[in-house]
Amino acid sequence: MIEVRDLIKRYGDKTAVDGLTFTVRPGIVTGFLGPNGAGKSTTMRMILGLDRPTSGTATVNGRPYADHPDPLHQAGALLDAKAIHPGRSAYHHLLALAATSGIPKSRVDEVIDIVGLHDVARKRVGGFSLGMGQRLGIASALLGDPEVVILDEPTNGLDPEGVLWIRNLMRELAARGRTVLVSSHLMSEMALTAEHLVVIGRGRLIADVSMTEFIEEAAPESVRVRSPRAAELHDLIAGPNVTMLSIDGSVFEVTGMPAPEIGDRAARAGIPLHELTIVRPSLEEAFMELTKDHVEYQATLTGAA
Amino acid sequence: MSTVASTRARQGVTQARVVTSEWIKFWSLRSTVATLAIAITLLVGIGLLAASMFTAGTAPANGPPGPGSATDPVSASLAGTTFAQLAFGTLGVLLMAGEYGTGMIRSSMVAVPKRLPVLWGKLAVFTGVAFILGVAATTIAFTGGQAIIGDAGASWSDPGVARAVIGTAVVLTGSGLLGIGLGGLMRSTPSAITSLFGGLFLLTGVASLLLPDKWNGVEQYLPANAANAFASVSPSANALTPWAGLAVFGGYVVAVVGAAAWRLRRSDV
Repeated sequence: MIEVRDLIKRYGDKTAVDGLTFTVRPGIVTGFLGPNGAGKSTTMRMILGLDRPTSGTATVNGRPYADHPDPLHQAGALLDAKAIHPGRSAYHHLLALAATSGIPKSRVDEVIDIVGLHDVARKRVGGFSLGMGQRLGIASALLGDPEVVILDEPTNGLDPEGVLWIRNLMRELAARGRTVLVSSHLMSEMALTAEHLVVIGRGRLIADVSMTEFIEEAAPESVRVRSPRAAELHDLIAGPNVTMLSIDGSVFEVTGMPAPEIGDRAARAGIPLHELTIVRPSLEEAFMELTKDHVEYQATLTGAA
Repeated sequence: MSTVASTRARQGVTQARVVTSEWIKFWSLRSTVATLAIAITLLVGIGLLAASMFTAGTAPANGPPGPGSATDPVSASLAGTTFAQLAFGTLGVLLMAGEYGTGMIRSSMVAVPKRLPVLWGKLAVFTGVAFILGVAATTIAFTGGQAIIGDAGASWSDPGVARAVIGTAVVLTGSGLLGIGLGGLMRSTPSAITSLFGGLFLLTGVASLLLPDKWNGVEQYLPANAANAFASVSPSANALTPWAGLAVFGGYVVAVVGAAAWRLRRSDV
């Protein structure tokens, strides 16, 4: 369980995290989403006691992380793949971290096998690919078999097989009752893994919802209708809760009425239908719609006159 | 069979465990071991070289520093001290600032979120390793050097000799501790090394060139001069007594390490 209350972090006059409050519950994967620069990493660093909040609190299993006598058993984190000395071998990196909490060598070998680094464990980390670095970071997050697992952009640099592996790992951790907080700037990635979403932008909370709710609200389903007698059909299905958007003469999109109902009405009136398609905006679009006012670095197009 | 679970007694962080962790970190880096080897080679090698060039009473009193300039047989055999000091100091800087440069510090601080035990662990491991190897190296340099010098050589029972030989190891260790402190304070290898070399070596030369005569009393309190007062048999004219020198040098170490601890505790990682 992670509890963040009124968390604020300022660097000089720049506010990176601006009054965040949310709770990450055990047993599910919680996606932590936001555009680049939204304050995701800063928030995670404050949860782990690396950064000191300007005000507010962040607790892990009921206490500030640093107050736990057995921190590695409370939380494990992949913050960035570069939090590793390149001159050391993966094995010794993990061994040194394990030693701080009296975690035995056998567990080091175990996590090396879990992340699939067995063959390179004795090689210097400097020669690792980005994906191998991520795997090593995940191995260190799992060392203490912690209650809370925090992963900052874990799929960065991983090949499709690695991405799938991370997804399954997160699900398995959640199924074992662990608290899993995973950040991403890619909604599509989250849609496949997360059951709950915390969305932030410019350091502020935008949404704290279940994935199902988010999908229903942020990406409502619509129906694309194509008919040679579009105008007649248009009148037939108009109603107070129905919105229609004409695409061209014979095609329009309907929100607020399910596809079977539209088909039935058309059939009763003898209007031919050439297309009746359920359209769902991609979650990526929904996410971008939701965060468009909160994007830190917005690209601007400057037209040459 | 699960791939994730492990069921075993859960243990917490203790200072002794952090020392073990730092011990593993220390020996698992090639650069650490190499720097240590260089330091010892410099100390013994230059000491033996200087001893072979040493002729009693003929060295110019105010000549340039170097293997041929020693005025007594003990300092001839320990002529490599300055170079070894550079290497030990660099090693100290690498141990601490290297964690910041590579990002390793974040892994270390997530494992030990109370933070200070990591600094104490580094100091303990470095002190143990540097002092033991330092005493071994100064002993070899001294014994070997006196054997080369022969009849004019000093012996362990001569006044001040044991203090100077062991004191040299103390000074080498202290230089490394200064490096750890500066590394933690500045969090950057280049700036910490520059400050260390500047503070230990340049400062002394600059002070003797630039300070007006009536300020002469200040020079003896500079880190290198204070350390030298403790680590030589025949200190120069304006030097502190050996034990006062040790106290002053130790004071610098404590102050710098204290500042590093303060910053580690206060600042974001």
